[in-house]
Amino acid sequence: MDLSMKILVVDDFATMRRIVKNVLRQIGFTNIVEADDGSTALGVLKKDKIDLIISDWNMPKVNGLELLKAVRGDESTKNLPFIMVTAEAQKDSVVQAVQAGVSNYVVKPFTAEALKEKLEKVFSK
Amino acid sequence: MDVKYINPFINATINVLETMAFTKAEAGKPYLKKDQVAQGDVTGVIGLIGGVSGTISVSFTEKSILSIVSNMFGEEMKELNEEIKDAVGEITNMISGQARQELEGMGISLKAAIPSVIVGKNHSINHITKHPIIAIPFNTANGGFTIEVCFEK
Ligand SMILES: [Mg+2]
Repeated sequence: MDLSMKILVVDDFATMRRIVKNVLRQIGFTNIVEADDGSTALGVLKKDKIDLIISDWNMPKVNGLELLKAVRGDESTKNLPFIMVTAEAQKDSVVQAVQAGVSNYVVKPFTAEALKEKLEKVFSK
Repeated sequence: MDVKYINPFINATINVLETMAFTKAEAGKPYLKKDQVAQGDVTGVIGLIGGVSGTISVSFTEKSILSIVSNMFGEEMKELNEEIKDAVGEITNMISGQARQELEGMGISLKAAIPSVIVGKNHSINHITKHPIIAIPFNTANGGFTIEVCFEK
């Protein structure tokens, strides 16, 4: 994994953005930007070159699934690694995310180790 | 209220606090709660809808939540501020998500709303239905908290 890659962390709760950022910093990533929902994230994607998105699902306005679909539907971002970190562990949610092209899926609550493993999997493909 | 709704919330609470905050929580004996006064100083409430509807709340004493969020952030939290409120909302979210996963395994599929968080001594908790409220007290090494579960059936 390239530790200088630019990572966009999307969650409506500052708490979860902080926890995800803590884990990313522990791994050694330093280039991290944030968005508080899908529409803010789409704004960031328009002006910044992002290498990885880590996004929540349940958010006001544009949710994580809608964000994923928008990312996959845009020529410039369609292959962007996209990890969903969500409390939605029910089967149909996972299936929906997979069908929309999610790169990996982390269920909250999660350990730092679990998030790290999923990241490694995404970049070893 | 059917008691089968209670265990998934107890299990989810223990799991969320252990995984995200390295905090061991021990459940006490559930009891029927007759009033709406919160047991704690900060409370997260979330509505659930689907085959049945209900609400759950998680009410933390100041001492317990400061310790829990300090562990979550790896940084000492000293007062009940916006960061703590935000964290209680997200803890409530995660408990609801985990519990809904277990309930799904029992054939009960529920969707959750966005949680709300209330702060202050002796605030009230409004559950969406007028049905009996089951409260479960919990203990941690740093103070206690209470969850409440209220379902229409
Ligand atoms: Mg959320």
